[in-house]
Amino acid sequence: MSTLLNLDASFAALADPTRRAILAQLALGEATVMELAKPFKMTQPAISQHLKVLEDAGLIVGRVDGTRRPRRLAKAGIDAMDQWLAMLRKALEKNYDRLDQILGAMESKKHKERKM
Amino acid sequence: MSKLTLKTEGDTHVIVTRRFAAPPEAVYRAHTDPKLVQQWLLGPEGWTMPVCINEARPGGKFRYEWTNDKGGGFYITGEFLELKPYSKIVHVERMHLPDPTPDNHVETTFTPDGSGTLMTMRMTLPDAQTRAAMLATGMERGMEASYVRLENMIGDLVPAAR
Repeated sequence: MSTLLNLDASFAALADPTRRAILAQLALGEATVMELAKPFKMTQPAISQHLKVLEDAGLIVGRVDGTRRPRRLAKAGIDAMDQWLAMLRKALEKNYDRLDQILGAMESKKHKERKM
Repeated sequence: MSKLTLKTEGDTHVIVTRRFAAPPEAVYRAHTDPKLVQQWLLGPEGWTMPVCINEARPGGKFRYEWTNDKGGGFYITGEFLELKPYSKIVHVERMHLPDPTPDNHVETTFTPDGSGTLMTMRMTLPDAQTRAAMLATGMERGMEASYVRLENMIGDLVPAAR
Protein backbone atom coordinates (compact mmCIF):
# COMPACT_ATOMS: atom_id res chain seq x y z
CA MET A 1 0.00 0.00 0.00
CA SER A 2 2.83 2.38 0.81
CA THR A 3 4.22 1.64 -2.64
CA LEU A 4 0.93 2.69 -4.19
CA LEU A 5 0.81 5.91 -2.18
CA ASN A 6 4.34 6.65 -3.22
CA LEU A 7 3.37 6.05 -6.85
CA ASP A 8 0.48 8.49 -6.45
CA ALA A 9 3.01 11.05 -5.31
CA SER A 10 5.13 10.19 -8.36
CA PHE A 11 2.26 10.98 -10.70
CA ALA A 12 1.43 14.21 -8.89
CA ALA A 13 5.08 15.14 -9.09
CA LEU A 14 5.08 14.53 -12.85
CA ALA A 15 1.96 16.65 -13.43
CA ASP A 16 4.04 19.84 -13.45
CA PRO A 17 5.99 20.75 -16.60
CA THR A 18 8.80 22.39 -14.63
CA ARG A 19 9.30 19.21 -12.62
CA ARG A 20 9.27 17.09 -15.79
CA ALA A 21 11.95 19.36 -17.22
CA ILE A 22 13.96 19.03 -14.01
CA LEU A 23 13.73 15.24 -14.25
CA ALA A 24 14.75 15.40 -17.89
CA GLN A 25 17.79 17.43 -16.98
CA LEU A 26 18.69 15.10 -14.12
CA ALA A 27 18.46 12.20 -16.57
CA LEU A 28 21.64 13.69 -18.06
CA GLY A 29 23.44 13.58 -14.71
CA GLU A 30 23.73 15.03 -11.24
CA ALA A 31 23.02 18.75 -10.84
CA THR A 32 22.82 21.40 -8.11
CA VAL A 33 19.87 23.71 -7.42
CA MET A 34 21.74 26.56 -9.09
CA GLU A 35 22.42 24.50 -12.21
CA LEU A 36 18.83 23.30 -12.29
CA ALA A 37 17.43 26.83 -11.87
CA LYS A 38 19.41 28.17 -14.84
CA PRO A 39 17.09 27.17 -17.72
CA PHE A 40 14.00 28.44 -15.88
CA LYS A 41 12.94 31.97 -15.11
CA MET A 42 12.48 30.94 -11.50
CA THR A 43 14.07 31.74 -8.18
CA GLN A 44 16.18 29.12 -6.39
CA PRO A 45 13.60 28.79 -3.57
CA ALA A 46 10.93 28.03 -6.18
CA ILE A 47 13.16 25.36 -7.74
CA SER A 48 13.97 24.00 -4.26
CA GLN A 49 10.22 23.62 -3.65
CA HIS A 50 9.89 21.55 -6.85
CA LEU A 51 12.90 19.46 -5.82
CA LYS A 52 11.28 18.75 -2.47
CA VAL A 53 8.14 17.45 -4.22
CA LEU A 54 10.27 15.23 -6.45
CA GLU A 55 12.29 14.01 -3.45
CA ASP A 56 9.16 13.25 -1.39
CA ALA A 57 7.82 11.28 -4.37
CA GLY A 58 10.99 9.17 -4.35
CA LEU A 59 11.91 10.26 -7.86
CA ILE A 60 15.16 11.99 -6.98
CA VAL A 61 17.74 11.79 -4.22
CA GLY A 62 20.31 14.26 -2.97
CA ARG A 63 23.74 13.88 -1.43
CA VAL A 64 25.85 16.26 0.61
CA ASP A 65 29.07 17.48 -0.98
CA GLY A 66 30.51 20.22 1.23
CA THR A 67 28.10 23.14 0.89
CA ARG A 68 26.59 21.70 -2.28
CA ARG A 69 23.68 19.28 -2.32
CA PRO A 70 23.57 17.82 -5.82
CA ARG A 71 20.46 15.85 -6.83
CA ARG A 72 20.19 12.86 -9.10
CA LEU A 73 17.41 10.57 -10.34
CA ALA A 74 16.40 7.81 -7.94
CA LYS A 75 16.47 4.66 -10.03
CA ALA A 76 14.10 2.74 -7.76
CA GLY A 77 11.41 5.41 -8.02
CA ILE A 78 11.67 5.66 -11.79
CA ASP A 79 11.66 1.86 -12.16
CA ALA A 80 8.59 1.42 -9.96
CA MET A 81 6.77 4.04 -11.97
CA ASP A 82 7.78 2.43 -15.26
CA GLN A 83 6.32 -0.89 -14.10
CA TRP A 84 3.09 0.73 -12.95
CA LEU A 85 2.67 2.63 -16.21
CA ALA A 86 3.44 -0.44 -18.28
CA MET A 87 0.82 -2.38 -16.35
CA LEU A 88 -1.90 0.23 -16.86
CA ARG A 89 -1.11 0.72 -20.50
CA LYS A 90 -1.12 -3.01 -21.00
CA ALA A 91 -4.55 -3.20 -19.38
CA LEU A 92 -5.91 -0.71 -21.88
CA GLU A 93 -4.24 -2.41 -24.82
CA LYS A 94 -5.72 -5.66 -23.50
CA ASN A 95 -9.22 -4.27 -24.06
CA TYR A 96 -8.47 -3.61 -27.69
CA ASP A 97 -6.55 -6.87 -28.17
CA ARG A 98 -9.69 -8.66 -26.96
CA LEU A 99 -11.72 -6.55 -29.38
CA ASP A 100 -9.34 -7.60 -32.20
CA GLN A 101 -10.18 -11.25 -31.40
CA ILE A 102 -13.92 -10.56 -31.46
CA LEU A 103 -13.66 -8.66 -34.72
CA GLY A 104 -11.69 -11.52 -36.22
CA ALA A 105 -14.40 -13.98 -35.20
CA MET A 106 -17.13 -11.70 -36.59
CA GLU A 107 -15.34 -11.45 -39.93
CA SER A 108 -14.72 -15.17 -40.37
CA LYS A 109 -18.36 -15.90 -39.47
CA LYS A 110 -19.49 -13.41 -42.12
CA HIS A 111 -17.29 -15.06 -44.77
CA LYS A 112 -18.70 -18.47 -43.91
CA GLU A 113 -22.25 -17.15 -44.22
CA ARG A 114 -21.43 -15.66 -47.61
CA LYS A 115 -20.18 -19.02 -48.87
CA MET A 116 -23.37 -20.80 -47.83
CA MET B 1 4.84 -1.32 -31.31
CA SER B 2 1.66 -0.30 -29.52
CA LYS B 3 -1.16 0.62 -31.88
CA LEU B 4 -2.72 2.88 -29.29
CA THR B 5 -2.08 6.61 -29.10
CA LEU B 6 -3.21 9.01 -26.44
CA LYS B 7 -2.75 12.74 -26.22
CA THR B 8 -4.24 15.78 -24.57
CA GLU B 9 -5.55 18.71 -26.60
CA GLY B 10 -6.13 22.19 -25.19
CA ASP B 11 -7.21 22.27 -21.56
CA THR B 12 -10.17 19.93 -21.63
CA HIS B 13 -9.72 17.26 -24.31
CA VAL B 14 -8.17 13.81 -24.39
CA ILE B 15 -7.74 12.04 -27.73
CA VAL B 16 -7.25 8.28 -28.06
CA THR B 17 -6.71 6.54 -31.39
CA ARG B 18 -6.46 2.85 -32.30
CA ARG B 19 -6.47 0.96 -35.61
CA PHE B 20 -8.41 -2.26 -36.17
CA ALA B 21 -8.12 -4.87 -38.90
CA ALA B 22 -11.88 -4.96 -39.45
CA PRO B 23 -14.31 -2.67 -41.29
CA PRO B 24 -16.08 0.20 -39.44
CA GLU B 25 -19.37 -1.71 -39.37
CA ALA B 26 -17.85 -4.46 -37.23
CA VAL B 27 -15.98 -2.08 -34.90
CA TYR B 28 -19.14 0.00 -34.47
CA ARG B 29 -21.17 -3.11 -33.62
CA ALA B 30 -18.57 -4.20 -31.06
CA HIS B 31 -19.06 -0.83 -29.34
CA THR B 32 -22.86 -0.89 -29.32
CA ASP B 33 -23.94 -4.54 -28.93
CA PRO B 34 -23.88 -5.30 -25.17
CA LYS B 35 -23.12 -8.99 -25.82
CA LEU B 36 -19.93 -7.93 -27.58
CA VAL B 37 -19.02 -5.01 -25.27
CA GLN B 38 -19.20 -7.37 -22.31
CA GLN B 39 -16.48 -9.53 -23.86
CA TRP B 40 -13.76 -6.94 -24.35
CA LEU B 41 -14.27 -3.80 -22.26
CA LEU B 42 -12.73 -5.41 -19.18
CA GLY B 43 -9.44 -3.71 -18.36
CA PRO B 44 -6.83 -5.74 -16.50
CA GLU B 45 -6.92 -9.54 -16.08
CA GLY B 46 -9.27 -10.71 -13.36
CA TRP B 47 -12.10 -8.25 -14.07
CA THR B 48 -15.48 -9.13 -15.53
CA MET B 49 -18.55 -7.10 -16.48
CA PRO B 50 -21.55 -8.88 -14.94
CA VAL B 51 -23.90 -6.01 -15.85
CA CYS B 52 -23.84 -4.57 -19.37
CA ILE B 53 -26.92 -2.57 -20.27
CA ASN B 54 -26.65 -0.68 -23.51
CA GLU B 55 -29.62 0.99 -25.23
CA ALA B 56 -27.82 2.11 -28.36
CA ARG B 57 -30.22 4.78 -29.61
CA PRO B 58 -30.23 8.58 -29.17
CA GLY B 59 -31.38 9.27 -25.60
CA GLY B 60 -30.74 5.63 -24.67
CA LYS B 61 -28.88 4.84 -21.47
CA PHE B 62 -26.03 2.51 -20.68
CA ARG B 63 -24.66 1.06 -17.50
CA TYR B 64 -21.51 -1.04 -17.21
CA GLU B 65 -20.64 -2.71 -13.92
CA TRP B 66 -17.24 -4.27 -13.31
CA THR B 67 -16.15 -6.61 -10.59
CA ASN B 68 -13.00 -8.57 -9.80
CA ASP B 69 -12.37 -11.80 -7.94
CA LYS B 70 -11.19 -9.82 -4.91
CA GLY B 71 -14.61 -8.24 -4.32
CA GLY B 72 -13.71 -4.90 -5.88
CA GLY B 73 -16.07 -3.10 -8.20
CA PHE B 74 -17.31 0.14 -9.73
CA TYR B 75 -19.69 1.21 -12.48
CA ILE B 76 -20.20 3.71 -15.25
CA THR B 77 -23.51 5.19 -16.36
CA GLY B 78 -24.16 7.26 -19.44
CA GLU B 79 -26.50 8.40 -22.18
CA PHE B 80 -26.21 8.27 -25.94
CA LEU B 81 -26.60 11.62 -27.67
CA GLU B 82 -26.00 10.64 -31.28
CA LEU B 83 -25.47 7.39 -33.16
CA LYS B 84 -24.53 7.36 -36.81
CA PRO B 85 -24.12 3.77 -38.03
CA TYR B 86 -21.32 2.83 -38.59
CA SER B 87 -19.23 5.94 -38.27
CA LYS B 88 -19.98 7.87 -35.09
CA ILE B 89 -21.11 7.52 -31.48
CA VAL B 90 -21.56 10.52 -29.17
CA HIS B 91 -22.28 9.88 -25.51
CA VAL B 92 -21.76 11.27 -22.03
CA GLU B 93 -20.55 9.11 -19.18
CA ARG B 94 -19.58 9.32 -15.55
CA MET B 95 -17.81 6.95 -13.22
CA HIS B 96 -19.34 6.03 -9.87
CA LEU B 97 -16.66 5.43 -7.28
CA PRO B 98 -19.35 5.47 -5.76
CA ASP B 99 -19.71 9.28 -5.99
CA PRO B 100 -20.24 10.25 -9.64
CA THR B 101 -17.41 12.05 -11.43
CA PRO B 102 -18.25 15.10 -13.63
CA ASP B 103 -19.61 14.16 -17.06
CA ASN B 104 -17.16 13.11 -19.72
CA HIS B 105 -18.45 13.92 -23.21
CA VAL B 106 -17.11 11.34 -25.64
CA GLU B 107 -17.24 11.42 -29.41
CA THR B 108 -16.05 8.21 -31.06
CA THR B 109 -15.61 8.04 -34.82
CA PHE B 110 -14.83 5.02 -37.00
CA THR B 111 -13.28 5.86 -40.35
CA PRO B 112 -12.27 3.38 -43.05
CA ASP B 113 -8.50 2.87 -43.09
CA GLY B 114 -7.50 0.58 -45.93
CA SER B 115 -9.36 -2.66 -45.23
CA GLY B 116 -9.56 -1.73 -41.56
CA THR B 117 -10.76 1.07 -39.30
CA LEU B 118 -9.23 4.01 -37.52
CA MET B 119 -11.04 4.70 -34.27
CA THR B 120 -10.69 8.18 -32.79
CA MET B 121 -12.10 8.84 -29.34
CA ARG B 122 -12.32 12.48 -28.39
CA MET B 123 -13.16 13.11 -24.74
CA THR B 124 -14.19 16.52 -23.48
CA LEU B 125 -14.18 17.28 -19.78
CA PRO B 126 -15.93 20.30 -18.19
CA ASP B 127 -12.65 22.00 -17.20
CA ALA B 128 -8.91 21.52 -16.86
CA GLN B 129 -9.23 20.45 -13.20
CA THR B 130 -11.70 17.70 -14.03
CA ARG B 131 -9.51 16.48 -16.85
CA ALA B 132 -6.51 16.43 -14.54
CA ALA B 133 -8.56 14.50 -11.97
CA MET B 134 -9.71 12.00 -14.62
CA LEU B 135 -6.21 11.58 -15.94
CA ALA B 136 -5.05 11.00 -12.37
CA THR B 137 -7.56 8.17 -11.88
CA GLY B 138 -7.69 4.58 -13.01
CA MET B 139 -6.56 3.58 -16.42
CA GLU B 140 -6.44 7.06 -17.91
CA ARG B 141 -3.84 7.91 -15.33
CA GLY B 142 -1.56 5.31 -16.74
CA MET B 143 -2.33 6.28 -20.31
CA GLU B 144 -1.72 9.95 -19.78
CA ALA B 145 1.20 9.63 -17.42
CA SER B 146 2.85 7.19 -19.75
CA TYR B 147 2.28 9.56 -22.65
CA VAL B 148 3.59 12.48 -20.64
CA ARG B 149 6.56 10.46 -19.52
CA LEU B 150 7.47 8.86 -22.80
CA GLU B 151 6.69 11.70 -25.18
CA ASN B 152 7.31 14.84 -23.14
CA MET B 153 9.88 13.84 -20.58
CA ILE B 154 12.14 12.08 -23.04
CA GLY B 155 11.28 14.65 -25.70
CA ASP B 156 12.13 17.47 -23.31
CA LEU B 157 15.52 15.96 -22.74
CA VAL B 158 17.02 17.70 -25.74
CA PRO B 159 15.74 21.25 -25.07
CA ALA B 160 16.54 20.88 -21.36
CA ALA B 161 20.09 19.90 -22.18
CA ARG B 162 20.73 23.01 -24.21
